[in-house]
Amino acid sequence: MSSELMIEMKNVHKWFGELHVLNDINLEINKGEKIVICGPSGSGKSTLIRCINRLEEHQRGNIIVEGTELTNDSRSIERIRGEVGMVFQQFNLFPHLSILDNCSLAPIWVRKLPKAEAKEKAMEYLKRVQIDDQAHKYPAQLSGGQQQRAAIARALCMEPRIMLFDEPTSALDPEMIKEVLDVMVGLAQGGMTMIVVTHEMGFAKEVADSIIFMDEGQIVEAKNPKDFFDNPESERTKTFLSQIL
Amino acid sequence: MSAANKEIGPPVIELGVMGWLRKNLFSNWYNSLLTIFGLYLLYILIPPLVNWIFLDANFVGLTRDDCTNEGACWIFIQQNIKLIFYGLYPTEELWRINFVYLILFISGLYLLIPNLKHKGWVGAFLLIIFPIICVVMLSGGLGLEAVETRLWGGLFLTLVIAGVGIVLSLPIGVMLALGRRSKLPVVSILCTIFIEIWRGVPLITVLFMASNMFPLFMPEGVNFDKLIRALIGVMFFSAAYLAEVVRGGLQAMPKGQYEASQAVGLTYWRMMALVILPQSLKMVIPAIIGSFIAIFKDTTLVLVIGLFDFLGIIQFVGTNPDWLGFSHEGYVFAAAVFWVFCYAMSWYSQRLEKKLDTGR
Repeated sequence: MSSELMIEMKNVHKWFGELHVLNDINLEINKGEKIVICGPSGSGKSTLIRCINRLEEHQRGNIIVEGTELTNDSRSIERIRGEVGMVFQQFNLFPHLSILDNCSLAPIWVRKLPKAEAKEKAMEYLKRVQIDDQAHKYPAQLSGGQQQRAAIARALCMEPRIMLFDEPTSALDPEMIKEVLDVMVGLAQGGMTMIVVTHEMGFAKEVADSIIFMDEGQIVEAKNPKDFFDNPESERTKTFLSQIL
Repeated sequence: MSAANKEIGPPVIELGVMGWLRKNLFSNWYNSLLTIFGLYLLYILIPPLVNWIFLDANFVGLTRDDCTNEGACWIFIQQNIKLIFYGLYPTEELWRINFVYLILFISGLYLLIPNLKHKGWVGAFLLIIFPIICVVMLSGGLGLEAVETRLWGGLFLTLVIAGVGIVLSLPIGVMLALGRRSKLPVVSILCTIFIEIWRGVPLITVLFMASNMFPLFMPEGVNFDKLIRALIGVMFFSAAYLAEVVRGGLQAMPKGQYEASQAVGLTYWRMMALVILPQSLKMVIPAIIGSFIAIFKDTTLVLVIGLFDFLGIIQFVGTNPDWLGFSHEGYVFAAAVFWVFCYAMSWYSQRLEKKLDTGR
């Protein structure tokens, strides 16, 4: 695997008011790496990935995505958002647009693709997540699992080099989790650089190059899956693992 | 007996007209009492009204002396119809107003018929080219004789004021709402001040200011048309109310919609135009149309600055010595016409809501 550096976080800090939500985060992610982040709620894991595409602003330290440093400069933010796709816990599809339009909106308006081409590409990705037959329906007419797959397709349509997943299966009924995870596994096998916040430890074991455990805004432990599950070092990791496994 | 094997249907008592009556009108003693009372009210109100408006009314004739029946004297309206509909607009130029109505009617109809193509172009025509046609046709220019706005009046004037107010106030209102929620403090404060000042002042004061005070602040010789001043007043007044309605819709939007738009790389204006406004405006359609209806009816206040709108001119012709004593007919007619326009807006809003409903 090439070791092209995709994301670099150096001494990143963030506070919500008095609350220190990210405390000295240092992280390097190479091209094609799959990182799973887990930890108790409130540990800062969502905030961490939301800092990568500037949905949250970090207050200290540096975040460099594909060589572009994230600053207040709106051009750097736009460039990075173009390279980074995101999938949310609550799907956040645009309810007033059909699934196909959800997927082709940004390619048309941000990438400036001709409409026909954008729709064609959207259909391709919808086929890849196996909901091309739902393309002309509205989000409200789809099941949760289908909506989340549509949201993944929407992100992929921008042809991002990095994908962020913020608890993508937490809002799903149990029987729909697998269909979403299958899509994500497929994506991982295709070589996408992925950062996934999730508690799906089966998924972590299967695809993660490294698992990061966070607590109270800090990275407590970062290891490959085998070591992470077999020899966790920190007490906090052990407690957490005993609670979710 | 095979009764037990039969499919079970609804109990017979719920079915048919009798079932409906029993369920909805006579379900218990006080419901029955209310039903009977309601029927009695209709009985004493409806027949006299129908008699006055239709059966005993006078429809044919030229002067008040032809109104020999006991009912309404619609001849009063007929004889003054030109004034009521067009004000003092020169008779030989009336075709210009009618021409504008015709264009509006045809393109409006086109937009209403489902599944026609090129609706976007017709809409763009209505919003961009049609106003220019209106200005030229109505006030003159390009070889057409100029018609001063002091001659404009009647239903025509009402439609001009309400139309301009409604069409221009929505975009201004949207911009004000976005401005008030802006992260830039200067923009937000300015928009808030603007909105609150306009909302804190009665329309009648706005119109007085526009008509009497405004010229005092202008340099000697500069004279804005009174109608234009009134239009600007009505427009900003309505925009301030709409801004708050729209802001309500913006606040009801889930945060996830903003985040998802940003995550796919949409810039602020694109996010607003493509994702946030289409949804939030849709949510507040009933309130927006409510504002439009209010503005339509509020145009009657321009009477206080000497513009004779539809209602104003009806009152005016009622003071004509030839037609004294027919104000009832005038007001009933005015009410009916206002109702038709307002109900049309209400009907359209419901239609629009249904059409745009994509679930959540």
